[in-house]
Order: sequence, then structure tokens, then C-alpha cells
Amino acid sequence: MQAEVDERTAAEHGLTAGEYQRITDRIGRVPTLTELGILSVMWSEHCSYKSSRLHLKKLPTSGERILVGPGENAGIVDIGGGWAAAFKIESHNHPSYIEPFQGAATGVGGILRDIFTMGARPVAVLDALRFGPPDDPQDGPANRRIIRGVVEGIAHYGNCIGVPTIGGECSFDPCFSANPLVNVFALGVFRQDSIFLGSAKGLGNPVIYVGAKTGRDGIQGASMASAEFDEDSEAKRPNVQVGDPFLEKLLLEACLEAMRTGAILGIQDMGAAGLTCSTAEMGGRGGVGIEIELDRVPQRESGMTPYEIMLSESQERMLLVAERGREGEVLEVFRKWGLDAVEIGTVTADRLLRVKHGGSVVAELDTGFLSDDAPLYDRPHTAPRRTAPLDGPVLNEPSAAGLRAGIEALLASPDLNSKRWIWEQYDHQVRTNTTSGPGADAAVIRIKEANVSLAMSLDGNSRYCALDPRLGTQLIVAECCRNLATVGATPIAATNNLNFGNPEKPEIMAQLVESIEGMAQACRHFGTPITGGNVSLYNETLGEGIDPAPVLGIVGILDHMAAPIGSCFTQAGDLVVLLGGLLPDCRGEELPRRFGSSQYAKTVLGQTWGLPPSLDLEQEAIVHEATRSIVRQNLAHSAHDVGSGGLAVALAECCFGPKPIGATVEFETNHPLLYAMFHECPSRVLLSLPRANIEEVVAIAASLDVPLVELGHTGGSTLTFGLNAATSVEAPVARLRGIWESSFEASLETQ
Amino acid sequence: MKFGVIIFPGSNCDHDALYALTHNLGQQAAEIWHESEELGDADAIFVPGGFSYGDYLRCGAIARFSPVIRSLRRFADSGGLVIGVCNGFQILCESGLLDGALIRNQDLRFVCRTVDLVPGTLDSAFTSACQPERPLRIPVAHGEGCFFADEATLDRIEAEDRVAFRYSGENPNGSSRNIAGVLSQGRNVLGMMPHPERACDSAVGSTDGIAVFRSMISAAGNGLRHAG
Repeated sequence: MQAEVDERTAAEHGLTAGEYQRITDRIGRVPTLTELGILSVMWSEHCSYKSSRLHLKKLPTSGERILVGPGENAGIVDIGGGWAAAFKIESHNHPSYIEPFQGAATGVGGILRDIFTMGARPVAVLDALRFGPPDDPQDGPANRRIIRGVVEGIAHYGNCIGVPTIGGECSFDPCFSANPLVNVFALGVFRQDSIFLGSAKGLGNPVIYVGAKTGRDGIQGASMASAEFDEDSEAKRPNVQVGDPFLEKLLLEACLEAMRTGAILGIQDMGAAGLTCSTAEMGGRGGVGIEIELDRVPQRESGMTPYEIMLSESQERMLLVAERGREGEVLEVFRKWGLDAVEIGTVTADRLLRVKHGGSVVAELDTGFLSDDAPLYDRPHTAPRRTAPLDGPVLNEPSAAGLRAGIEALLASPDLNSKRWIWEQYDHQVRTNTTSGPGADAAVIRIKEANVSLAMSLDGNSRYCALDPRLGTQLIVAECCRNLATVGATPIAATNNLNFGNPEKPEIMAQLVESIEGMAQACRHFGTPITGGNVSLYNETLGEGIDPAPVLGIVGILDHMAAPIGSCFTQAGDLVVLLGGLLPDCRGEELPRRFGSSQYAKTVLGQTWGLPPSLDLEQEAIVHEATRSIVRQNLAHSAHDVGSGGLAVALAECCFGPKPIGATVEFETNHPLLYAMFHECPSRVLLSLPRANIEEVVAIAASLDVPLVELGHTGGSTLTFGLNAATSVEAPVARLRGIWESSFEASLETQ
Repeated sequence: MKFGVIIFPGSNCDHDALYALTHNLGQQAAEIWHESEELGDADAIFVPGGFSYGDYLRCGAIARFSPVIRSLRRFADSGGLVIGVCNGFQILCESGLLDGALIRNQDLRFVCRTVDLVPGTLDSAFTSACQPERPLRIPVAHGEGCFFADEATLDRIEAEDRVAFRYSGENPNGSSRNIAGVLSQGRNVLGMMPHPERACDSAVGSTDGIAVFRSMISAAGNGLRHAG
């Protein structure tokens, strides 16, 4: 028996009156409750991208290295020698707020399945995290609980399954207190001739369910992730799935082994919307129907209804289509690994997803209607929401002591202090490929099979995007590519995670549109097509949305397997050189406004205003080119991107290598020293190099028309600035490093 | 020399061991599935790290019931060289092949970092190639790596010169008496928390782990000569 379905039931499932009308018009009858459940998740924002699809089309998605673009479980790029890499980023924001440990853990599990579903062995994970400040006077205790839970969850899953977490980034703002973000990026490697797609084919072929048994966990999770949170969100805790990394490890090994039999024709993981999404999408992509019998689905609990079985988001499950007659070979592999593997249905010709339970049909829907014909909205968008003023306070030039205090305050701030406490909880070395690990500008792994290395950078900056989502997003793309350049890598492709508030608000929708358009322009410029990603909207609690928080993950390639140079000084007596110039392309009259987006403004002055730093894409690209050229010719000992906190913080960070080394730098400027030290204009890279190499480095910069400033030299136990030959700022490296290393853990222990 | 690398469901350092032994050390290495009753023609056995059986119940507590453990015990009893790393160490303790136990790290957090080790003895098949004056830089990556035994057992291990490695300087997990690796009474079984197989290649940081395997190769060579 199934309950009556009407417009009210539909509304309870998050479907609008118009969407419900569309359903009844199309199927010519009232849907069953199971059908309504299926449609509600397939048409949820999370699965259908109904608010963003129209704008996502503006992104570049093709290029000479792109083997598979958006629309599959992950994008795939050619890395040479017959080898390929599959990668994607995905969010698990809503579940991580409700239940931080399991929410983050299953976020890792979900993205790893997306990778090995395609036949690739996952070899790297990175994550972008956003939390409320750990030392927030009001929300601190809750924020610290979420931080600890999320980090433990990521460690629990990634460490157990044996995929190294090699990098990422983490920043803090009160807007994330009730809306933390957990974006997980994963990358896998495989042969180009062993790519598996999530497509059903071959009439009469068996549809096989493998992995964990289905339980009542995570029902309607995708719909939960498509709505704002309110006072009742605590009650949604049962909607969060529970992860079992051991089971997923078995599933990973079993799937890769089963794929080698050659008997698997299509395979898809059961992620959001579980059995519903996997059957509908596999049928839709293959242009076929799928008929399944729910009585055959392995179940963890008794008495589950068809509705519950179809909508469960139990983890560690896969659906595959095998060649009829060879299914025994596939089942045998899963038996070896001790996993459930059951034929639950067949591929049919009628393009219908037909679901049977107890001998009767409980759902019968067109697979194309479920996925391709999902609603598409051109939501109204106005000017992007902004709350910060355009002009900030009148700033006085600080004294030398004030400048030093600024450096120390920035190094202690949650956004910039060392995150060793986080990344030492992650196994970042397993698989013995990590040649540049956490804490570096870019993470790098060698790909032993292909004799190349892949570099990865994850970046976001909601401070910039809150002031100008278009420019802010371009700056993120630029920074990712700059990070890759510091290790000598050429960027080849990107994935994006669009974290925004409620798209039904025109000023929020405008943030999304502007961000996508900015991303499209920058990604075209740097030759990094978007191969897929994730959109996470409705990051709002009690009507308070997050600042726009797009996150980019960009992959670059190196033609060798040696460890790249790092970002820190390696020896005394080297020259310190700034590629790109002191304050390039900064018109003096604009600086007071643009300085309002800096980390200095946020941390030291306690407010943000104005606009992000200006960005000249041409200038940025030639700085990358010069950096790559210098790094590849082994002319530098270190290369570090100048980012958040500006030149002063970047120089301090360069001193914090395994063997701390100081530096003395001197420069002259007509601009206020505050800007010279802390403004965040892009297109700059700090190098240290042997004196003997300076002529070659100058020649490379000159040939590309890149400004170069000789700042000083490394050595000693202090970081010393001589500014305009009048002001001297000096700080012991040991003291700065102590502040930088200890602040994060100390903030977590605040009582 | 031929190594056998045992693979349990949930092992995840098996590939790293196979790669280091074959590519970095030029030895032969073969996989041994945990259900196997035989160890084949292996000269030495490597029990790798990971999360065998998800480390449910207790680390290594379920793996000890795998069929392969019976043959491993026979192999060890007859003097064969066995090295267990990380989860492999935990499994060897649970199987009764080594004294002591591994409990949760003192600060209750998983820790992945490269630490300094000093050999506790050079009189073993696993440490003879080490240099006593220079610490080895070898990574650890574990949540339950705090070596624990009662005082009498610790005294006996030390009296019998069975401490293979100690943490030098920093003790990352609170292990009793800074013990990072111990030998069996027969001195032919080693368990250690740090991962020598991750320190065999300069591209990924350190080559100090090679000394452990060189010691084993040399011991096996001597053994073969004695046998011949």
C-alpha cells in the first residue's frame, strides 16, 4: 500500500507546484509515492543543477588533453604515454554541519567512488575547508567541535583506505559558523584504454548490485543538501550517512579487479540518491531502460519500503552492467573480496526505469525524463549582494614596531597560521608518490607508471568574492595556476566547487552568475578547461548565507618524477628576488580601496571594504611563464607565491623551512609602506637563488617582459626589512615561526 | 633474495613494500593472499601496514585468525626472517610473535611525520647495516602506535638486547622507553611502527629505510652460505 500523493505531498518533497504539474502532465497520472520520491531527488538542486545549469554552459570544457568532460562521474585528462588521470571535487557541506565526523568521512568516500567507478586507482586527495573562527567569542566552542570532527572524519576515511591526503587549504569566517564547507578533491590514474563509463547497454544484460547492504540511512540526503537549514536541522541528523572505509577499500580493490575481467560494460557508484540516481543515470546515458526487483536488493533492515530502498544513501555501494553469460566472472571477484554482489535486474529496450517490489510495479518512469528533462531555471539575478562599504577608514602609516606587530598578527591569524595540526593527522605519504606534500604552494605526486608528475592546487577566497565575485573568482584561478608554476608545472585542466547561498534570492544568484563568468574567462586564458565539479547552493542557516565561496582545483603536469623545489629558503647567502615587481599594475589612487580586501584589513583592522586587488591576466600569465622557465632550468632554490598577507607574510613563510633561515631585504617605494608590505596584488613570485644564477634569471624575466626586483639575500636568524633606507623592521625568525606554528593548536584549546 | 608480502583485506602499504623491494632494492617480491596456507619459496616475509579488517575490534586482532598466520608462525619458528611494519607490527603482537602491544597514541590523534630513529642494537638481521652514530629519518603514520608492555617485560626486552629501534629526540606516540621497534626472542622477527619502505627513494624524502632491508639481505646471504 502506498500513501496518496498530491500537491501537498509534493511540496513536502521540495517540489514546487509547477514542478508537480510538469510531472502529472508528462506521465498522465498521479505519481506513486515511490515515483514522487525518485523525482524529488532527481530534480533536487543537488542532482539536477536546475539553477546553475544554464550558466555552467558558459564554462570552457574542451581542450587537447580532455578525454572526458563534464557529465560523467569525473573528468579525465590525457597525461601522456597512454595514461590518463580522472579527477573531481565534491562538497559535503550540509552533512558536515549536522554530523561533522561522518559528514566529512563520507565526503571523502563519495568522491573516491566517483574516481574508481571510472576504472582509475585513486592516488591523491586534497580538501578545501571553511569554518567559523575557532576563537569566536560566541560560536567558538561549536566551531572547534566542527573543526575537530571534520578533520578526524577526513583522516579516518582517507587514512584507512590508503589514499594520501596531500594538500588543501583552510580558512575561517563567521559566515561559516553555521555553514561549514567541506570540499574534497580526488585524483586517480589509469590506462586510457581502460576507462569505464556510467552507461547501461546491451538489452538483456544483467544489472548487478555490489557492496554494502541498503539501510535506512541518508534517505532524502540530496534533498536536504538542496535546502536551507532552520531550527529543526538537528532533526536531520538521521539523514547523514555513515561511512565504512574498510568496506570501501574492499570495494575499490574488487571493482578494479573485476574491471580487468573485461566483462563489465558500465558501472556507476551509488552516491546522492543512491539506487535511484544510479539506475536513472545509467539508463539515461545509455538510452535504454532498466528494470529492477527491489526484493533482491541486499538489505540491512527488515520491512523497508520501496520508497526507502530507492532513496537510501547507504554508502559503499555500486551498480554495474555486465555482459550476459560472463556475469559469473564478475561475481567471483566480489566473492573473493567478501562482498555482496547480486543481480537485481536487466537492461531493457523501453527507456523506462521500472521498479518492482513484491511482484508489483511500484514505479515506472522514463529515464530521460528523470535526468535530461529535469527543470531548468533562469533565476532572476540583480547586482551581487555586498554588505561591505566601498571606502574604508583613513589609514595612518604605522611605525616600524607597528609593521612588525602586523606581521606577527597575520602569522597568528587562523587563515594564515600553520595548519600542521590538521595535515599531520592525514597520511600524506602512503603510496610513496608524494614529492611535495601539505604546506607547500602546490601538492605534487609522481606517476610511476607514466614517468611524469602531477601537481595540484586547491584555492578559494571568499573575502575577495564577497567584494566582487567576478574578479574574486579570476584571482582564485590565477593563484591556483601561479601555485602550479612555482613547482614548474603547466596547468592542464580544472574542476570547480561552487558554494553559494540561496539562488532564489536575486542578489545571491547574481554572485553565482558573476563568479561563473569570471571563472570562464580566467580558465580560457590559462588553458584550464573545467572537466566537471559540483554546485552546492542553499548554504544558509536561519536566512544567513555564506559569502560566495567558489573553490577551484587545478591540475598541472611535469615531465619528470623528481621532487620539485619547495617554497622555503634552503641556504644562507642566496639572493632573494621578487618576480612581477613590488606593486605591479597598482594605480596609487586605487590602493586605499583595494587594500580593503586584504588579510591585513580583515585581521589587523577588523573590517573589510572596497575591492579585491586588480588583476591583469596577461601580466599574470607571463609571470607564470617566467617562473616555470626559471624553475625548470633549476636556476632557483625556492619559489613561493605572494598571496594572502602580501609580501611581508610571504617572506616570513619562506624563512620557515625544516631548517629555518632568515633574510635581509631592502626596497624603496613611493607608496605607503603599509601597502608595500601587506597589499595582495597578484602576479608575484618570490625566488631564492644562488648568486651565480642571477644573470640568467634576469635574462629570462627580461625576455618575457616580467619586472624583477632584487630584494636582498638569505641568511642570519632574523627577517629584516630596510624600507626606503629610513625604516628598519627586524624580527627573529624563531619568534615568528613559533607564533605561526603554535597559534592554530592554541586557538583550538581556547576554553 | 625473495620477499613475500602478505596482503590482508584492508592492507594499504602492500604496493609500497613491493615497489621498494623490487625497484629500489632490486630484489624479488611476491604477493601472498591472506587465505593462503603456503608462503611459497619466500626467503623473508613482509607484513605491511594498513587497516587489516578495518582495524575493527582492535588493530590486528582479526588478522591474526587469517589462515596465512599459521604458516607464518611455522616460518618464524624455523628461523625465517619476518618484518612487520605499522599494522604489520600490530598483527605480529596480536599473533603472539612479538611481546607487547600497540595502543592509541598518547595525544589520541593520528600522526604522519618523519621522525629520527636510532638502532637499539646492531646485533640483528634488521639493523646490522645501520650506522649507530647517525639517526635514521623514517616516516611514521599511525593512530595506535604507542608501544606498551609491563615493566617486567620491558626490562626483559632490554636485558635481552631486543630493542631494534628507539625514537630519538621526539617520541611521536608516547611509546614506553621510546621503543619504535622490537625483536622476537629468536631475533628473526622484527616489528616496527615507522615505515622503512617509505624511505627508500630520495624523490619522496629519505633513503634511510634501505639500511633495514640491506641488513636483511646480508643476513639471508650469510644464512645461505652457512647452510651451503
